[in-house]
Amino acid sequence: MIPELGHFAVIVALMVSITQSFFALAGAARGNRLWMSIARPAAHVQFALVALAFGCLAYAFLSNDFSVLNVASNSNSQLPWFYRLAATWGSHEGSLLLWVLMLSGWMSAVALFSRQVPTDMVARILGVMALVSIGFFLFMLLTSNPFDRLLPPAADGRDLNPLLQDPGMVIHPPMLYMGYVGFSVVFAFAIAALLSGRLDSAWARWSRPWTTVAWIFLTIGIALGSWWAYYELGWGGWWFWDPVENASFMPWLCGTALMHSLAVTEKRGGFKIWTVLLAILTFSLSLLGTFLVRSGVLTSVHAFATDPARGVFILGFLVVVVGASLVLFAWRAPRVGLGGQFDLVSRESALLANNVLLLVAAGSVLLGTLYPLFLDALGLGKISVGPPYFEAVFVPLMAPAMFLMGIGPLARWKKASLPDLAVRLKWAFGVALVSAAVLPLTMGRWSVMVAFGLLLAVWIVASGVVNLLERLQQLAATSGGSPVSYLKKLPRGYYGMLLAHTGVAVFIVGVTLVNGYETEKDVVMAPGNTVSIGDYTMRLERFEDIVGPNYTGIRGVVTVLKNGREQNILFPEKRLYSVQQMPMTEAAIDTGFTRDLYVSLGEAVEGGAWIVRVYHKPFVDWIWGGAFLMAMGGLVAVSDRRYRLARAARRQSADAKATVAA
Amino acid sequence: MTRFLIPLLVFVLIAVFLWIGLSLNPREVPSPLIDKPAPAFELPQLREPGGVIRTADLNGQVWLLNVFASWCTPCLEEHPHLVALAERGLVPIYGLNYKDGREAALKWLDRHGDPYTRIVVDREGRTGIEYGVYGVPETFVIDKSGVIRFKHIGPLTPEVLAEEIMPLVGRLQQ
Repeated sequence: MIPELGHFAVIVALMVSITQSFFALAGAARGNRLWMSIARPAAHVQFALVALAFGCLAYAFLSNDFSVLNVASNSNSQLPWFYRLAATWGSHEGSLLLWVLMLSGWMSAVALFSRQVPTDMVARILGVMALVSIGFFLFMLLTSNPFDRLLPPAADGRDLNPLLQDPGMVIHPPMLYMGYVGFSVVFAFAIAALLSGRLDSAWARWSRPWTTVAWIFLTIGIALGSWWAYYELGWGGWWFWDPVENASFMPWLCGTALMHSLAVTEKRGGFKIWTVLLAILTFSLSLLGTFLVRSGVLTSVHAFATDPARGVFILGFLVVVVGASLVLFAWRAPRVGLGGQFDLVSRESALLANNVLLLVAAGSVLLGTLYPLFLDALGLGKISVGPPYFEAVFVPLMAPAMFLMGIGPLARWKKASLPDLAVRLKWAFGVALVSAAVLPLTMGRWSVMVAFGLLLAVWIVASGVVNLLERLQQLAATSGGSPVSYLKKLPRGYYGMLLAHTGVAVFIVGVTLVNGYETEKDVVMAPGNTVSIGDYTMRLERFEDIVGPNYTGIRGVVTVLKNGREQNILFPEKRLYSVQQMPMTEAAIDTGFTRDLYVSLGEAVEGGAWIVRVYHKPFVDWIWGGAFLMAMGGLVAVSDRRYRLARAARRQSADAKATVAA
Repeated sequence: MTRFLIPLLVFVLIAVFLWIGLSLNPREVPSPLIDKPAPAFELPQLREPGGVIRTADLNGQVWLLNVFASWCTPCLEEHPHLVALAERGLVPIYGLNYKDGREAALKWLDRHGDPYTRIVVDREGRTGIEYGVYGVPETFVIDKSGVIRFKHIGPLTPEVLAEEIMPLVGRLQQ
């Protein structure tokens, strides 16, 4: 009964979204306020219905209802309850339900936090978002119903893929989807702007926080996925340029460009067409990512369970959404008008160059991801494009962008002077140069790539410091008060920018140092044996048998020693999940601020010994730390007073509290 | 106006390729190896760690090469059909244990049955690359002179076995 209720809720939600899109868009076109007024309540109803459906599916998983095909294929009675809950979105069907849950959640949030936006604009935005949700409801109901019954019911389920039985994997997909789907908001803003022909600074100010919030989620989602791959796959790598990873990275690059472009549109009224195009592209890439992952066009090795009907549907949907938006763009963009003029040397130019570089980077990732498909389609053979291509293309594209990151924030809007910039930044550049020359030596070995990476990282931080000092000096010159009061006067958006850029620098340090100095050893170890790596010695004490809720396995007990003193004890595991008979390597990691020690078990060899893989990875955690700082920067920027988003949220929560109290 | 059409045109181009890509179901694309000599290998056996099998040893008979691994879930789907086929004893089935651990593979075979005449171990996946394996499972039909005559990607189904593989094996054996 419960699954049928969920199924029914999805059908009703589809009806609501059809109603919502028709009346909101038609109402906005004809100026009918009554029709337009349907949009907001409809969005809330849709969210409630999808939440109900999602709750029904989660209940089916938690209560081990193996008469539901989805549950029988992706869960098991032995599975701990939190993974049963996570299995709700672990399957194709369930993840689609999560998609629409988030889409309707975003819709509901837009309906709630858009009091200052004109009614017709809100109606258009919610109408466009409802159109997108119609597509996903239909996709789910026609090809991937998560509530399909299995009759007769299975005695027990086939279990969740052991790779996904991990805390990181529980929160990674929701974060990623929040990001993907979140870009539908700014997409809807862009389409609404094209429809109404109204595209000004106010429009940009409304769109900015939504874009930033979606970007924060996507950043965290990607970082979590990378972290998960690092500790769960047992290879010690953190990015593989796999099509699935690229699918999430492309919208991130494009979304990053969009955030910067929106800044220009808000502050200077420029880049209008460019911003609209980026908004469309970012969401299109999110949809394309969904298509690539869900259709099986790019069979990432070992995945065969794809249904051609699904691919056809998503491609059709992609063509309708992206094609229609780009037609609209070609038709309406010429009327949007251009922004103000600016000189070759100006902040606009720097941001434009950064934007172009980010977009070209996204394009080259797209090309690398689709190239095997292109060749195959043209009958030129089957190839796979690996990390060497991406690294060769990506680094040269990003390096100038990183360099501009130091200059852009200091350059004046409209017209800046190159000699003036050179004078202001000479110290930052000097510090960066000296650091690049000296710092690698402290790590033991000097190499060009390491020096170059550190040059960029220190440059970003040092120019940020110069920027902050200059702003404080300006404030000191124009107003009185203590230095602390100057710090308070600077807007949050500015601090967010500094923090996010510092995050990029931290990220670069992590990538550079781990690539330059990591060491790796594969050794056969029996109890009592030691292996030394970096400054550390690891002693394998013994092996122990372990029994988990749904797996059995063996774990090594490894003592980490430094200068003869015990530092830590690590427990690398090899598990065999009983239902799917799938062996899993659980690496043990000693995490540190400046290095990770990573131990994973390979294969057993004769005589009770195992092949053990140990890594010493200097500064590897800075990679995710940098991503976290970028996300925090976004968060600080969003809390900037001028968006009023925070204030509205506070009012909401105050209302909620009042209701609770009453 | 025209320059605003550029994004649309680029997208149309990509969409066309994606459309073609959808119909290029990897299972249906003929392998470039069809009617070419099977790449030679010399690999250790799974059950007798000292023993080695060379492709040359297998000439003179029609044989199937089935790529499998204990970590491969779709392999479980086709496995009962392979076991049933082996019981009929019509054609020798050689297993290529792909990127797998010896212990894990042996345990897996104990549990699900062993349809294979013999099994060779491709620990690093190098032989798999030479055979153009891009997913597990895959199955090849190789004739008496060591030429690949058929390749199936993905789990074998009773239909594929009855309608394509077995008739072909019968013809080749004559």
